[in-house]
Amino acid sequence: MTAPDTHRIDALEKVTGQAKFAGDLRLPGQIAGKVLRCQQAHARIRSVDIFTAIKAPGVLSVLLADDLPAASAWSTYPFLTKERVLYQGDVVALVAAESEPAAEAALAAIRVEYELLPAVLSIEEALREDTIVLHPGRKDNWVDNSHWPVRKGNVEEGFACSEIVLEREYQTSHVEHAYIEPEAVLATTGWDGSLIVYGATQNPFNARRAVAAATGYSLGRVRVIQQPVGGSFGGKEESMGLLAGRAAILCLKTGRPVRMVYGREESIIESAKRHPFRFRYKAGARRDGRIMALQAELVDEGGAYNFQAQFMNWRACVHAAGVYRIPHVKVDVYAVHTNRVFGGAMRGYSSPQIIFAQESLMDELAGELGMSPLELRRVNFLHEGDETITGQVLTEPVNAEKVTLRALELSDYLRKKVAYAEQDPDDQVRRGIGFATSFRGCGLGAEAPDATGAIVSVREDGSIIVCSSLTDIGQGLQTAHARLAGEELGVCPERIVSKTVDTGIVPDGGMTVASRGTFSGGKPVVMAAAQIKKILFALAAKKLNSAPEDLNAAEDWIFVRQDPERRVSFDEIVTAAFRNGCQLSVTGWFQPEPVAWDRSTGQGDAFSSYAYTCVVAEVEIDRITGVAAVKRLVSVHDVGRVVHAGAAEGQVYGGMAMGLGMALMEEISFNKGLITNDNFDKYMIPTAADMPEAYLEFIPSDGNSGAGGAKSLGEAALEAVPAAIANALAAASYRIRSLPAFKEEFWANLGEDQKGLVRTCSNSNL
Amino acid sequence: MAKKRLRLTVNGVLIDREVEESLRLLDVLRDELFLTGTKEGCGIGECGACTVILDGKAVNSCMVLALSADGGVVETVEGLGSPDRLHPLQASFLDHHALQCGFCTPGMLMSAKALLDEDPRPSEEEIKKAIAGNLCRCTGYVQIVEAIKDAARRRSPSEV
Repeated sequence: MTAPDTHRIDALEKVTGQAKFAGDLRLPGQIAGKVLRCQQAHARIRSVDIFTAIKAPGVLSVLLADDLPAASAWSTYPFLTKERVLYQGDVVALVAAESEPAAEAALAAIRVEYELLPAVLSIEEALREDTIVLHPGRKDNWVDNSHWPVRKGNVEEGFACSEIVLEREYQTSHVEHAYIEPEAVLATTGWDGSLIVYGATQNPFNARRAVAAATGYSLGRVRVIQQPVGGSFGGKEESMGLLAGRAAILCLKTGRPVRMVYGREESIIESAKRHPFRFRYKAGARRDGRIMALQAELVDEGGAYNFQAQFMNWRACVHAAGVYRIPHVKVDVYAVHTNRVFGGAMRGYSSPQIIFAQESLMDELAGELGMSPLELRRVNFLHEGDETITGQVLTEPVNAEKVTLRALELSDYLRKKVAYAEQDPDDQVRRGIGFATSFRGCGLGAEAPDATGAIVSVREDGSIIVCSSLTDIGQGLQTAHARLAGEELGVCPERIVSKTVDTGIVPDGGMTVASRGTFSGGKPVVMAAAQIKKILFALAAKKLNSAPEDLNAAEDWIFVRQDPERRVSFDEIVTAAFRNGCQLSVTGWFQPEPVAWDRSTGQGDAFSSYAYTCVVAEVEIDRITGVAAVKRLVSVHDVGRVVHAGAAEGQVYGGMAMGLGMALMEEISFNKGLITNDNFDKYMIPTAADMPEAYLEFIPSDGNSGAGGAKSLGEAALEAVPAAIANALAAASYRIRSLPAFKEEFWANLGEDQKGLVRTCSNSNL
Repeated sequence: MAKKRLRLTVNGVLIDREVEESLRLLDVLRDELFLTGTKEGCGIGECGACTVILDGKAVNSCMVLALSADGGVVETVEGLGSPDRLHPLQASFLDHHALQCGFCTPGMLMSAKALLDEDPRPSEEEIKKAIAGNLCRCTGYVQIVEAIKDAARRRSPSEV
């Protein structure tokens, strides 16, 4: 059972203002680095004149693409662009100067002449037959390796035996991560000539790779030290690699420590966004609700560059049909390049978009069938022993139906649905209640090896240090790992400290993504702690005249299981172990079993475990002002075991806020490919005043493959929220097929209200 | 650029020095006094990460020219409490796990302190309004609001 919550391991520093984020660091002699952005959607660089800039007061270095050993990081992201710029954020020159104002003055003195080129500004434009192909050597604008098909059964046969066929198109928009801390690094050199970069990075090993590429240094001579990260949500990956690489180059050129910190505008202009999707779904069902066939085309906008869609779209294809049993499926997911900001990882990694489309489709299909949303889902929910669309037979507990029924019960859904259906259609305020159910493959699954590591060290005084290869980016990973290590060793968590990732110390355990920090990242922590425990038990057994296998450890004591009075303190055994030269520092490594995946058919065992979620939303729409407000959210999860309740609840509440923003407020807007809302005065995210009443529950669940029985939560917490809100809006007579649902759409709908606007749920019987 | 004399009381300590006219209060705190607990998140007074208390009111220190605050009394997160003597708000944030990445936390704490200094027993709505200028992308605010309510109870238990 879960122990009472201790404070987060990083909380004291954070509430006292002592946590040093990357932008808080200072080194003697540090200088400021800045970049010159092209601010063009698509253009050829005719000339760059740095003559005046280089002579400006306080300027130490101005660099162009030719001055770098390598112009781009892995994939095609350029540190500096030489010939052709592909989006607004592309960088033409780097400047190092004694101060920020001096660097800014130098930027203003650089003269660049551009030849404007026609730009590709949407998915539709990218797919046109006469489109401009943006990347050389390609025949079209498809992002390399981004096409992931699923072929199961025979979809034509499935439609032939369906009695109702429904086709729908849905869309989503660019969404900004909006971490409150903008990107920041400080690059310096070590006494041995190595490069050291302190950074706000979600994936320090990626940043290390980028620094090595930019400088030509070997990975062994680059050390990236993660500082506390002020929010990331998948965002501090590509742009942090680019920033770290640029700072390292300037550091080597000038011989001075270089600090580079983005303002909000630069952060929004350069950094990855949630991929916008265009969904075309076609579903076929029998009158009794059994879904016989699903055909889906999911196209996402990769933007100018991309190293995410090729991975993300794999997850997209696995989850494209939702948590339902469908015999005949044909799914195609692919991404296209445009001249807009690139898409990247963002909390959910395609799922919030897909669940919005696919759970909207379920409600629309229910409407067509004259069934309630719940009835239709209950006919089709996956259960244990069923096959997913990738042909995986589910052997672990499948709790889609269970979380749904519980969430509906907690939200008083059935009663409210009837009551809201009986509203006077002329009321100014219209209410609706709706829900969405989802599942999420835990960790990386068949996308990539889910391997990772951790070092657990016990010091001679009994204090313990846990160093994971995965990063705490605010989600509370260090706290969860300390809890797991403490449980294994039988000690109180107060004696455990944790360090942020230092690539010079911990092994490369891959990226902190896919909600795998606890699910997979906890495993090497437990393995390393178990090995130390074994060493300590061998010593303790001698002292207690017992056998090691008869011992147990709890609350800082090691004792004989059958006779707990025969015991020795953890500290005493640790001291003895240290004096005896025993190993008290262990590197744990988790390597999962290989997974088979057939790329041409999309068949295979996608994930070892799945988390299940249902979110119920209640909304109110003021038909005069056009304002839609979420009044209440209920979120029920099967995440296996909850390791730290306070941190887990925080994930769910945070996911609600982010999902609410995606549903009703957030969209990066463009003018001819250039972002027009690059700060929080125009890009709105939810404030405390926007938060609805919020309820959550974790249902008891075991029998999964996660560390200590814990499945994924961070992304699951968010992903069904926009869909639930959309279905609640639909229940209130406003079916939204494009996110976000701005109030203009409710105004626009007002006039058409009587003209048979889609009212999917209004005639359903419960 | 010219320098002018700036006198401030920051966390109870009198500061008297020459600063550039163009500096914001935020710059003086972070770059001159090394009080880096106060953060910059947007630079335009929208996110609230730079919130400090100036003469009893919560302000966005990115929107205050340092010299315009001459003679003022400034409180930052560093002056709120120390690890062994936490302010009730800090203790309550710990107990309610009312933080994740922690970047908005100092500003959030200062907005909350300004509120409780003015109104020891605010309603939930008043709390939400007081921190509506402090953006948090991690928490969904629920545990933060709970923490502030609880801190208010701890500060004036007799009124419970």
